[in-house]
Amino acid sequence: MNLSLLILVPLVTALAILFAKGLKQIRVIGLIGAVAQLSLATWILKLYMVERAAGNSATHLFESNYSWFTTLHINYHIGIDGISLAMILLTSVIVVAGILVSWTMDKLSKEYFFLLVLLSMGAYGFFISLDLFTLFFFLEVAVIPKFLLIGIWGTGNKTNSAMKLALMLMAGSALVFVGLMGIYYNTNTFDIVEITQMGISVGVQKFFFPFAFLGFGIFAALFPFHTWVPDGHASAPTAASMFLAGISMKLGGYGCLRIAALMPEAANSYSWIIITLATIAIIYGAFATMMQTDLKYINAYSSISHCGFVILGIGMMNKTSVNGAVIQMVSHGLMTALFFAAIGMIYSRTHTRLVSQLGGLLKVMPFISTVFVIAGLCSLGLPGFSGFVAEMTVFMGSWQNPSGDYRFATILSGASIVVTAVYILRATGKTIMGPISDEHALLADATWNEKLAAGLLIIGILIIGLAPFLINQLIMPSTNILMSPITKAITLK
Amino acid sequence: MSNYLYLLWIPLLPLVSFVVLGLFGRKYLSRISGIVGTASLLASTVLSFIAANQYFFIDGKVNGVYQKIIAFKYTWLEFSPNMSIDLGFLIDPISVMMLVVVSSVSLMVHVFSLGYMKGEERFATYYAFLSLFTFSMLGLVLSANIFQVYMFWELVGVSSFLLISYYFNRPSAVAAAKKAFIVTRFADLGFLIGILILGYYGGTLDIGLLIERLTTIQSTQFISITSASFLGASMLTWGLTSVFIGGAGKSAMFPLHIWLPDAMEGPTPVSALIHAATMVVAGVYLVARLFPIFSMDETALTIVTYIGAFSAVFAAIIACTQTDIKRVLAYSTMSQIGYMMFALGISKNGGENGLGYMASMFHLFTHAFFKSLLFLGAGSVIHMVHSNDMKDMGGLRKGMPITHIAFLIACLAIAGIPPFAGFFSKEEILMAAFHANKIIYGIALFTAALTAFYMFRLYFSIFWNKEASIHSNHQAHANKIEHEDHSDSEGPWTMKLPLLILAACAVGVGFVPFSNFVTSNGAPLETHTNLLFSIAPVALTIIAISIAASLYKKQNTKSDKIVTAVGGLYTAAYKKFYIDEVYLFVTKKIIFPFVGQPIAWADKHLIDGFMLLLAKITSYISASIKGLQSGKVQNYALYFFGGVLALSILFIYIWK
Repeated sequence: MNLSLLILVPLVTALAILFAKGLKQIRVIGLIGAVAQLSLATWILKLYMVERAAGNSATHLFESNYSWFTTLHINYHIGIDGISLAMILLTSVIVVAGILVSWTMDKLSKEYFFLLVLLSMGAYGFFISLDLFTLFFFLEVAVIPKFLLIGIWGTGNKTNSAMKLALMLMAGSALVFVGLMGIYYNTNTFDIVEITQMGISVGVQKFFFPFAFLGFGIFAALFPFHTWVPDGHASAPTAASMFLAGISMKLGGYGCLRIAALMPEAANSYSWIIITLATIAIIYGAFATMMQTDLKYINAYSSISHCGFVILGIGMMNKTSVNGAVIQMVSHGLMTALFFAAIGMIYSRTHTRLVSQLGGLLKVMPFISTVFVIAGLCSLGLPGFSGFVAEMTVFMGSWQNPSGDYRFATILSGASIVVTAVYILRATGKTIMGPISDEHALLADATWNEKLAAGLLIIGILIIGLAPFLINQLIMPSTNILMSPITKAITLK
Repeated sequence: MSNYLYLLWIPLLPLVSFVVLGLFGRKYLSRISGIVGTASLLASTVLSFIAANQYFFIDGKVNGVYQKIIAFKYTWLEFSPNMSIDLGFLIDPISVMMLVVVSSVSLMVHVFSLGYMKGEERFATYYAFLSLFTFSMLGLVLSANIFQVYMFWELVGVSSFLLISYYFNRPSAVAAAKKAFIVTRFADLGFLIGILILGYYGGTLDIGLLIERLTTIQSTQFISITSASFLGASMLTWGLTSVFIGGAGKSAMFPLHIWLPDAMEGPTPVSALIHAATMVVAGVYLVARLFPIFSMDETALTIVTYIGAFSAVFAAIIACTQTDIKRVLAYSTMSQIGYMMFALGISKNGGENGLGYMASMFHLFTHAFFKSLLFLGAGSVIHMVHSNDMKDMGGLRKGMPITHIAFLIACLAIAGIPPFAGFFSKEEILMAAFHANKIIYGIALFTAALTAFYMFRLYFSIFWNKEASIHSNHQAHANKIEHEDHSDSEGPWTMKLPLLILAACAVGVGFVPFSNFVTSNGAPLETHTNLLFSIAPVALTIIAISIAASLYKKQNTKSDKIVTAVGGLYTAAYKKFYIDEVYLFVTKKIIFPFVGQPIAWADKHLIDGFMLLLAKITSYISASIKGLQSGKVQNYALYFFGGVLALSILFIYIWK
């Protein structure tokens, strides 16, 4: 299996879009490309599981390694483990859904679809990289399209939002870059596998860990560097919001996890800061969400709260909690994408996102309303949906840490499930239920493409929610391997 | 040991019905969706009875004790090697008893709804949600893993939300549904923390193993959980109390009861099923499930006792003043659940001292039948009168004879008049209380009298009191609501049949030799009905009924005089002792303005403001230094000259 196909497929799609004419051609090409991505990802999953079942216990599968800049020891080194594969699958699902909800994007459609596909290429490249420089390269590829997507196709105060998002993410990239340079000049390699084997001296770790972790943390909406999230998501067009929350924020969480595994001693000694910030993000994000009146802001703020669970799981540094963090990344990606899709469908019909101007939509749009309710129920962690599995795994993991402070953090984070229920039910109660206003009484329900997009995301949510042993089977062996240096660092201390 | 794997079908059939009706009901099955739901549940009920027969009579006791059987087990979500959520079925006397209760009451409600909900636009959705609820409740009672209980616990919560908000365009229904979900969610947080504590120290989430480890005094787990303490209480107390908070939320115990009366916004059959017979007793069931562990901790049991007893009397007082018949029944439910709770609290584990446990389960069993009967009867009345308020009712005994008799039987049963079902179970509770704690016994006796009073106040106000004034009322409402069919005032047979069956149960189930089947340790318990002991409660009850009769049987002003005489107490009780207002004050006046708004403000102005400030500083600096690169050669020459000059001065004078 050559993983470079994951980069090649979007690249070819993007080029084909450039040569296509008219919205109809463009979107068909986009969809074909997206379905190809999804099929490819599923195929890789199959091959991966077959390899594992056959007893291949290597950390990374399907590795290939080409020298890129020999003098600087930069290699195009790729390979996947269960965690990156989970992220790849997530990305491919969201790309298909995102293309489907953009079906009628007639403003500069060529550029729009091109950028979406380009962003997905960056994400795939990021997730398969085993070389820190290559990883950074793809991270940057994924940042630029977001700026354009919001700045050109956005709504509201889009220029400001686009600038804020791009500048903050660029600052994050800069911090990541400093961290990576620090690693490079002390190990003389960018290769993740090699670095894991040789280890980094504790002094270097302690100096450079904050840079790299914080940098990725900005991508993952780490408190207090989350302010790009609400404005960015709210201004972005629907598909871009889905990509942003579903894919981009995961780049951050994934990066944080890799950095923690590369610098286990530093991660361990800074864990209390990570946990504190994550706990604040969870509870603070939840309360901030409660006060929002715009559906997109509600979902964006709730993303801050939910992504806090990713950081919390990483900060708690045991196998269970990290496993939970990975599941939460996938779960949150699917769920927010679904939520943004539903909000986009509502907005395109009612032309408002203000909760106070909506009501009783269940009467005219049963499908969209059901999608909205499902996304909401997943968000508040109802069993049967992915959110429950993810959050409970994080809780169980966090509680394994017997220190009183960490227990306190766990309970505080747990309290967010109540606040989440409050804001989800407020939003649902006002928009979906209640009396409907006359001007909305004749609106139409979802079209086939919207139904397909929502259905795909819901299937993903249900697979994790109803059969969590499947995703566990995929990621657990890999998190166990990933965590072994960290566990060692903790026990040595 | 025989095979119990077929029990899987009991929850699965309603689940299938939910999925089918949920996906296709609206479009393709709207006519027959009621039949589909009812048929699947009928099959479940039959299976439940088969299972009960097999468990209690065919397999029976081994060495004089009913066995705990794990019917199946599947690792659903593994957290770590010994901690996992296993989906499994635990078959023991209480789970089998609950299976029978849940499936039969649910079946009655399904049948009743065929008539009651006929013509509703979202008929299929209604049955889908009803099936979802039944699935979740059956899953809950069969759970073998404490986290599995939590999962189904949440699912019954959401089904309750969906059913309360069934009339979704009615803002009060939506508000009630939200309130029910959020209050119970708050309690569920306690349950979750309790699970974390017990699971952490017990080293497992499996209920059987957990009980085994935490009841063995020498086990390492028991030693570690009792020796660890926080704020002066052991972790065992903390864990159990947290679990109890979860149970108290679902079972509407004070002070988490506020959602239950509002939940009456849902369709009446839903109230009968969820908010009277099944979901609200889940808290009692939870405590009973973990009772061996509870019995190891005196503090936790005392909390259970006093919360239960207080809720019982508190709700009974409020029930005496309400005029909405469903709310009276809601408070009555809360009061009766309080009874079950404190009966558990005063009980010990095993033997003669386990009487309270047995009595509690017995009362849960009998209560399910007569309370669902009361609600369905109320449903019939509401169906006819189109009002929930007693003031709009009176003299209905002539127009609806079947409902009248059924309702009377249920009232006698809940009041505890022999030989109706409630008498037997209540006697056991009183007996247990008498032996364990005289204060509790006093409270229980007082509550029993109040119960008889408010139930007969309700009964006389509906069926006696002013005569046949309802007809005008009926006409007025009939014009408003168009889809109703009034050819038969008591509704179709689908509504009458469940009333008759449940009435038969309300008479008969008291004679079930319950102590032979369900006890704290699985071994049968000898109970004797002591006639002398029964005299006091029954006499009190009869007095209370006569008072109610004298006040409400005929229209008169006596009750108004009493109200004026009691004054403030009446108003306080009528206003439900202002608990709702306290909650509203805390949420609307404290949490929103002092937590939510400041956070939202700080996020916008302080945190984002700081980021903006960074951006402004950057742009200010760049603006102020961009003039340096003007492109004018003469300026550059000037800077060059200045630089040379400065360096010369530096080297010549300062550097030396």
